[in-house]
Order: sequence, then structure tokens, then C-alpha cells
Amino acid sequence: MEERPIRVLVAKPGLDGHDRGAKVIAQALRDAGMEVIYTGLRQSPAMIAQAALEEDVDVVGLSSLSGAHRTLFPEVLREMRARGLGDVPVVAGGIIPPRDAAELEEAGIARIFPPGTPLEEIVRAVADLARERRLAERG
Amino acid sequence: MRWDEEARAARRAWEASAEGAPRRRERFLTPSGIEVQALYTPEELAGDDYLERLGFPGRYPFTRGVHPTMYRGRLWTMRQYAGYATAEESNRRYRFLLERGQTGLSVAFDLPTQIGYDSDHPLARGEVGRVGVAIDTVEDMERLFEGIPLDRVSTSMTINATAATLLALYIAVAERRGIPPEKLSGTVQNDILKEYAARGTYIYPPEPSMRLVTDLMAFCAERVPSWNTVSISGYHIREAGATAVEELAFTLADGIAYVEAATGRGLEVDRFAPRLSFFFNAHMDFFEEIAKFRAARRMWAKIMRERFGARDPRSWMLRFHTQTAGSTLTAQQPENNVVRVTLQALAAVLGGTQSLHTNARDEALALPTEESARLALRTQQIIALESGVADVVDPLGGSYYVEALTDRLESEAWALIEEIDRMGGAVRAVEEGWMQERIRRSAYRYQRAVESGERPVVGVNVYREEGGEAELGGALLEIDPAVEREQVERLRAFKARRDAAAVARAREALERAARDPHANLMPPILEAVRAGATLGEVADTLRTVFGEYSAAREAGL
Repeated sequence: MEERPIRVLVAKPGLDGHDRGAKVIAQALRDAGMEVIYTGLRQSPAMIAQAALEEDVDVVGLSSLSGAHRTLFPEVLREMRARGLGDVPVVAGGIIPPRDAAELEEAGIARIFPPGTPLEEIVRAVADLARERRLAERG
Repeated sequence: MRWDEEARAARRAWEASAEGAPRRRERFLTPSGIEVQALYTPEELAGDDYLERLGFPGRYPFTRGVHPTMYRGRLWTMRQYAGYATAEESNRRYRFLLERGQTGLSVAFDLPTQIGYDSDHPLARGEVGRVGVAIDTVEDMERLFEGIPLDRVSTSMTINATAATLLALYIAVAERRGIPPEKLSGTVQNDILKEYAARGTYIYPPEPSMRLVTDLMAFCAERVPSWNTVSISGYHIREAGATAVEELAFTLADGIAYVEAATGRGLEVDRFAPRLSFFFNAHMDFFEEIAKFRAARRMWAKIMRERFGARDPRSWMLRFHTQTAGSTLTAQQPENNVVRVTLQALAAVLGGTQSLHTNARDEALALPTEESARLALRTQQIIALESGVADVVDPLGGSYYVEALTDRLESEAWALIEEIDRMGGAVRAVEEGWMQERIRRSAYRYQRAVESGERPVVGVNVYREEGGEAELGGALLEIDPAVEREQVERLRAFKARRDAAAVARAREALERAARDPHANLMPPILEAVRAGATLGEVADTLRTVFGEYSAAREAGL
């Protein structure tokens, strides 16, 4: 059976409207053959988790530039666990200082991509995380 | 300039000698995709029409500057954009910068304030005081400007969807100090179109938003005559990924839309046009940026004089604030950002800006610390006082390259403006997502060029060093999460103290005005904040009448 393409949800939690990075990454993932759903602006953590559930995605990518990541990212993880999506890897990028990145990874964000990360690296990491999860699902 | 047979022959000889010479690249392109030649000569210039294309500074078409002597008379306003956490914290930063020679204030508001939510709104969680200061009430505004003479300092406020409310709060604070509105000078950004196109802090659909913009223009023409009512902003369009040509064209097209909206409501063009100002980005390609500023002035002069029939020369003048390009700053080897900012600021000054913000070196990771904010301000002062570039008006005027590039940017931008005109104007172009899609494609193309190494970024795709981004890790500005709790408590205390009945009456009056398309919304908003209504309550009252705008998920994304 042919495997369906990797599906990724790209989301903008909070009120920040700078989505250049999110859109660029969505395009890069799509160019790499993935199916990408972009939520658009001003999404609450619950809305993002719900979209991840409904769209049955392999990976969730969060983007934030406003500094609200320390509050909002862990909430996304909580909302996802509440919907039984605890095993869906969540990656993140944006204006995230190194010390916050360490804290967020500890809280369960699978990977943080700091400013200047090459697109290729992000695409590869997302693909790897998606494959790992599918393998784990098959047991 | 003489360009004769002899010169042509000499040029051919030079071309022959340059023919087989090694070159770093096959083609040299500006970031807008304009191919640049190895050399420019008088032959490339559009023609011998000096007076028509360049003229003299302070005179139509203002290519060489809006003032006759430019920075010889007075330097540009050094206006560092600042604000974070609480009104007290921001007030401290303003005084710090004013004491160090900054000459104007520029207020950054947090996202809830920009989108019309009080600090206790569920959607404000995690955002209070983050990218700017939280302002809910007239008392917050009072604390923000404590000890700052509102009749002597000009204040720029980066505020759009809630611009009318913030201006009302500012006027109310001035009134409490006995300063009449006539004495206030400053700017509200109040450019809602670029929010839909690029920055995302809209509230209402475009039509009622445009009404709020023009209501403010009409109100200020009567009551706050020294206030700049719209700062038509290409900055964010560029940050979102547009090229220099797109920044130029989309900004001027937005400007055309505001002038049309105001004249469409019966305002006489020369009554409000002198109070329009612009806000541009200073990006990395030095000459393309200088040419962009010069082309912008020439184009706006023509638009105002020929398209709108403005008679007052002040209506023809494009005055602008510039900010260096935040998106060009790198987290890797952050000290390199000081060099980038210096070049960008120099381009803005050589382009004739009236006001300038220089970004701080740590802004790829956080808001600036006091130290990095000071260095950014010092960068401007060194350009102004030590480099000598401020001593001559438009010193690059007449450079064969700069003039040819100015002409080229102008012609490419006109082509885009004509395309927007054919679509029905900037409001339509935004509603249909056309501008957004063009910006998105340019952003992607730029990123691809960086990835492929076609566009070098030192420290990122060339001359990398491992672990370079960690250098600033320990010295970044941090916003204490307690700020949010304190702000919410202050808001609750304010609400408990005020006359609730008076607030309710003022909100009803505002709602009635919003339902009457002929009413100006500024007076009832001013009444509401005087009565003690919060920013979120004013926004909610208008939401009940206007509804909220939601950008449809972009097709294909």
C-alpha cells in the first residue's frame, strides 16, 4: 500500500501577525512533497490542537515572534494531550531566545529552530519526526 | 552633460577591455531583481530634464529633499521605537533615551492594545507587555507620559486598528494637564490597509476600518492641526517579504486609497494632505534603498499634484520616517548587526529621511536591552555629527548610478500601481489577497536565494561560526510574567473606582454614532475615554456594530 504524504499543521498561536516565516516554511514543506495546513493568524492553543486532531497531522509546527511562546507553547501541548495527541511531535520557530528554547524542549517541544535555521534542515527534521512517529504507531 | 562621439568611442573601448575580465557572478541583481551594470555614465540618464526630474530641494518634484537646506538647518528626528511591560517601565526607557539625546518619542504597544483587548481578555494571555506597553485606561496613558512635556515632545504611536482610541487617550491626558489639543504634535500610524496586507493587527472589516481612518483625519484637521494623521507604512510590507519596488508601489497605492477615501467623504485635499506622512524600511542594498526614497518623493508629488489636483506645495511633499530592517538582523554573530544597521541608517539619511529609528543588535532574539538601545541611538548620532554626510543636501544626486536606479525603480513601481488601479485600488487588492500573495512569493524567493547562497548573509550562509547565536543569550531583555498579573489588577481597580453609569451612557452614545454613517466617531470615543471607558470596551462597542474581519485561509496555503 502506498504511504500517504506527510501531513503538517503550521500554526500561529497568540495575537502576533508576523507570519512571513510560517508561510515560507509552509511553502518549503509543500515543495518537499508534504501536505501542509496553515491555520492563519490568532489561533488559541485549543483551536490549534483541535485542528491537529481534525486534520490528522503527523507533525505540528508553531511560529511565534511576540514573546508569548513561554505561555502559549506549553498550552498547545496540554490541549493536544487532552485530545489524545500526546504522541504527535510539535516543533517551533520564531524569535525564541536560547534559554527559552531549552526550557520549551524540556516541556515537550520536539525541536526548536532558531532564527537563521536553513529551510532544508527544518524540512529534514519534520520528515524524520513524522517517519519516526509512523514507525512507532505500527509498533 | 556632454555625451558625444568621442565619449561613445571611449565607452566602446572600455567595454572591449571589460569584456573578458573575470567577474564574481554572471549577472548582478538588486534584491528587487533589477540587473545592474558594471558602470553608469551620463548616457544612462533619462534625459536632459534636470528641472523636471530633479529640481531643487524644497521644490517640486522634491526628488532632492523636502526642505531647501535639509540637515544643514536641522538634523532628522532621532526617534527610537520603544515600549515594553508596564507604563512605568516604558516611561523609564523614554526618559533614558531623551536624556541621551533622542529627539522624539515612538511608542510601541503590546498586541492586545493593538487589537483592542484589555489586559484581562482571555486572548491577551501571554501577550501583555510583550512587544510593547499595555495600555488599557487613561490612567495607564498618564503614567506612560509622566514627566514628559506633551506640548514640547512630538510623539509617534505605532497604532492602527485602535488609533482613534489611543489618540483620544493622549488628548485626554493632555487635557488633564491643561494642554489644549492644538498644542499637540506627533503621529499615529493609523494605516490599516497594510495591517491586512502584512502585519495582522486588524479588528474590523476594511470598510469600517477606512471610516475610522478618515474620521480621525477629519477630526484632526479641525481640532489637532499639528498631528500627522496617517503614517502610510511600507515598513511592514517590506518586513513581510516584499521587494523594494513592491514596498514603494504598495505604499503609494495605499496612500492613494486614503486620499480617495477622504476626498470621497467631502474633505478638501489640501486640508488634510499636508498631515499625511510615510514610513519606509531601510534594507540592505544600499543604493537601491537610496533610490527608493528619492523615487518615492518624486512619485508622490506627481500623484498629489496631477491625480488629486492638490494646490498647496505642502500636499505634494512626501515626508517620511525610516526604520532599519529588523528582518535582516541575524541571531548568528549578533555584533554584525551593528554594522548592518549603520549601513541601512546611512542609506536612510542619504535618501533624505525626516526621522529615523535604528534597530538594536539583539533584536533577532528579543527586545533591546538598555545598553543595546543606547548603542543604536549612538549609531545615528555618529552618522549625524561625525561623518559629514549631513552637511550637503542630497549628496548622491547626480550620481549616474543613483539617478538611473531612481528612474528604474520609479518606472517599475508605476507599472504595479497601474495594475492595482486596474483591480479597483489598494482596498480591493488587499481584500482579494493579491498583495499578500505577491509579498508571500517575494519572501519565499528571497529565502531561497539565501539558502542557495546566491544572496550572501555573513554569519548565516557564509563565514559561519558554530555557537555564534549563544553569545547574547545571557544579556537579553526579559519581561517578567508578573507584569500581566499586575496590569490586570490595576485594570480591575480602575474599573471598580469609575462611574459605571457614565461609562455605560458613553458607550451607548458611541454605538449610536457607529450606526450613523454620517457621524464622526472621534468625539464619542473621546467622550468615552474621558468617562472612564477602557480601550477594550471602546473596541467591543464598535465590534458589535462593525463585526470582525477574519482573513480567509489563503488559497493554496
